[in-house]
Amino acid sequence: MDAIFLQILNGLDKGSAYALIALGLTLIFGTLGVVNFAHGALFMIGAFCTVILNKLLSLELVTQSATETTPWGTPVEVHTPYVVMWFGKVGETMIDYSVFWSILFAIPVMLIIGIAMERGLIKFFYKRPHADQILVTFGLAIVLQEIIKQVFGANPIPQPAPEAFVGSIDIGALVGLGANAVVYPIWRLVYFLFAAVIIAGVFAFLRYTTFGMVVRAGMADRETVGLLGINIDRRFTAMFGLAAVVTGLAGVMYTPILSPNYHMGMDFLVLCFVVVVVGGMGSLAGAVAAGFLLGILQSFASMPEVKAFLFGFSIDQVIIYLVAVVILLTRPRGLMGRKGIMET
Amino acid sequence: MLKTTDNKDRLMMIAFTVAVLAAPVILAPFGAGYPDLMQRFAIYGIFAIGFNLLFGLTGYLSFGHAAFLGVGSYAAVWMLKLLSVNVIPAIIFAVVISGLFALLIGYVSLRRSGIYFSILTLAFAQMSYNLAYSVLTPITNGETGLQMDLDDPRILDAATAPGQLPPPSLFGLEMGDTHYLSFMGLDLQLNVGFYVCAAILILMFYISLRIFRSPFGMLLRAIKSNQTRLNYTGVHTRPYALVVFVISGMYAGLAGALLVCMDPLAGPERMQWTASGEVVLMTIMGGAGTLIGPVLGACIIKYFENIFSRVNDAVVSNWFSGLPDSLGDFFSAIVSPFLGSGWQMSLGLIFMLVIIFLPGGLMEGVTRLIGWLGRLFRSRNNDEDAETTSAKESSPDPHSSRPASPKES
Repeated sequence: MDAIFLQILNGLDKGSAYALIALGLTLIFGTLGVVNFAHGALFMIGAFCTVILNKLLSLELVTQSATETTPWGTPVEVHTPYVVMWFGKVGETMIDYSVFWSILFAIPVMLIIGIAMERGLIKFFYKRPHADQILVTFGLAIVLQEIIKQVFGANPIPQPAPEAFVGSIDIGALVGLGANAVVYPIWRLVYFLFAAVIIAGVFAFLRYTTFGMVVRAGMADRETVGLLGINIDRRFTAMFGLAAVVTGLAGVMYTPILSPNYHMGMDFLVLCFVVVVVGGMGSLAGAVAAGFLLGILQSFASMPEVKAFLFGFSIDQVIIYLVAVVILLTRPRGLMGRKGIMET
Repeated sequence: MLKTTDNKDRLMMIAFTVAVLAAPVILAPFGAGYPDLMQRFAIYGIFAIGFNLLFGLTGYLSFGHAAFLGVGSYAAVWMLKLLSVNVIPAIIFAVVISGLFALLIGYVSLRRSGIYFSILTLAFAQMSYNLAYSVLTPITNGETGLQMDLDDPRILDAATAPGQLPPPSLFGLEMGDTHYLSFMGLDLQLNVGFYVCAAILILMFYISLRIFRSPFGMLLRAIKSNQTRLNYTGVHTRPYALVVFVISGMYAGLAGALLVCMDPLAGPERMQWTASGEVVLMTIMGGAGTLIGPVLGACIIKYFENIFSRVNDAVVSNWFSGLPDSLGDFFSAIVSPFLGSGWQMSLGLIFMLVIIFLPGGLMEGVTRLIGWLGRLFRSRNNDEDAETTSAKESSPDPHSSRPASPKES
């Protein structure tokens, strides 16, 4: 019981990331009908927003200490970040909580990148075959990835979580499973809550605002909405921006769990495509549900008991693909896919 | 009508054969006439021809073709390790294994078409990559890559050369053997490995030509133009698509085996998504659906890869050494990210530019250029010719004798 509960929790953080990226993918796909292979790059750029902000905040002034010396006799170098010099204690907290500041930083950045991407490139591909859309975004993904590699190098750049969120909490004790039965890192819990808020926000936005209503109407029948005198293209562009923000934020908050590197985007994207296919293409709820489901499944597959049961083969790397195969053979439209979407 | 296409094909086949066999002469002035690069031209040419059979004919865009190349490579290395250093069994085994692998993946992936198919193939390729990298380490030797070893059993020929590791060979002809020759002031390098690859390339080109011209090829093209209508006329398209998918996978496996025969090493990075993307780019750059285009595209991409990735910072700064220092630094700062290890970035950019401006590839570019020149030429003479050519252009494929059915709405 404890073990199962723990594995479900373990699956939640990865599942949250899958769900957020898949949600972004589906938003773009449902509105604009474009499969965005550069979507993983957006996730990566979001993660690197954190890196940039952290670097900016911790720009240091290096001085030489007047009193202390190293064992070699040279003066000890004293590193003082400018923010600490200017704001003192507040500055230190600012650096410590840079991940949260990055959210504020990433929202406008991702919005601009998303809209620029749609207006600058993808707009010209609506009338082209799907293969062309795939290929051009694929090329874009390579370019973005290589730019990040050129600027930040090929090695992962670790980002610490804020001091207050380092460590684990004993969730087992909270829900009455006995002390130390289920211990879970705090940041992963934060990530899950964050993802839940974002997902709820997106759904609420689409459900309860006029803007969202128009967008949903446009998803159902773009032409008619256009004939009613609504500039649906502009709203869809905004939705592309929103999708970029959602994906970027998924990247920002994921940095303490996985150190950002230049190929993280593509690693996640391939899995998220599978998530979208399993959930049913074009279904937002399906994408989110499949994201969590596959994340949890993956964590179950990595249990030692499962490994022992399968004669020592660890299948956590491939379980998602296997599930995708089974789903496609039994329910070709995915869990929540509707008829008529990408059927040809 | 049929006769003329036959003659044209024969002419093309002869021209292609001559061009491939004379490659050391043709490529030497470009600085590409050395064995390693020419082998890669031929091998990736085979890979691209195979990919084109699937994508060019049926329009199914597979994003996981590198997986078959990788599987072929591993199979070939195992054959070299277990049986003998002769390349024939290695190639045959690799083709069979990659064909089976393609059958498995194709059976599942072909249940969906369009974007779903691309995503599924990409996912399977990524899964194979993950498997080769981690779980299947006993078979693939993980990150280090699989290579031949002194302790290998090599049932057939271990006894002939004890205590040493002979390079792959074809009945004693070593793949690495190169004959140097001076011809019309050019230093030619005639390499055994290249000619093995070239012979197979020519054979594979011929097979692809036959498939293009066969009724089977017609049916595949019909899948591309309108699958729904085919289904309504009572043709079950999936088996045909599966057959061509398997053929295409076998081509890729063959290319992988040849890579191993030239250099007996197989690593998981051969299966990565960028490798799959590269063959898509080769095919599209040359012209998907054309016969000669993919080979051309493969040569161009590999040639530029070779040139670009060799240039390093020192060379770049040497180029701009004539300029004032600050200006030279400025230019080399702009140029250097695209060269050397930044080749991938150039690849991505070329990819985007080709898709945006020349989706039909170079072959379409050539056709457009010829058409444009022809129109330019004709408009000076008289206008009557224009009508006949436009009629000729719009006439359907010579094989279809029926009048073109009305377009669907």
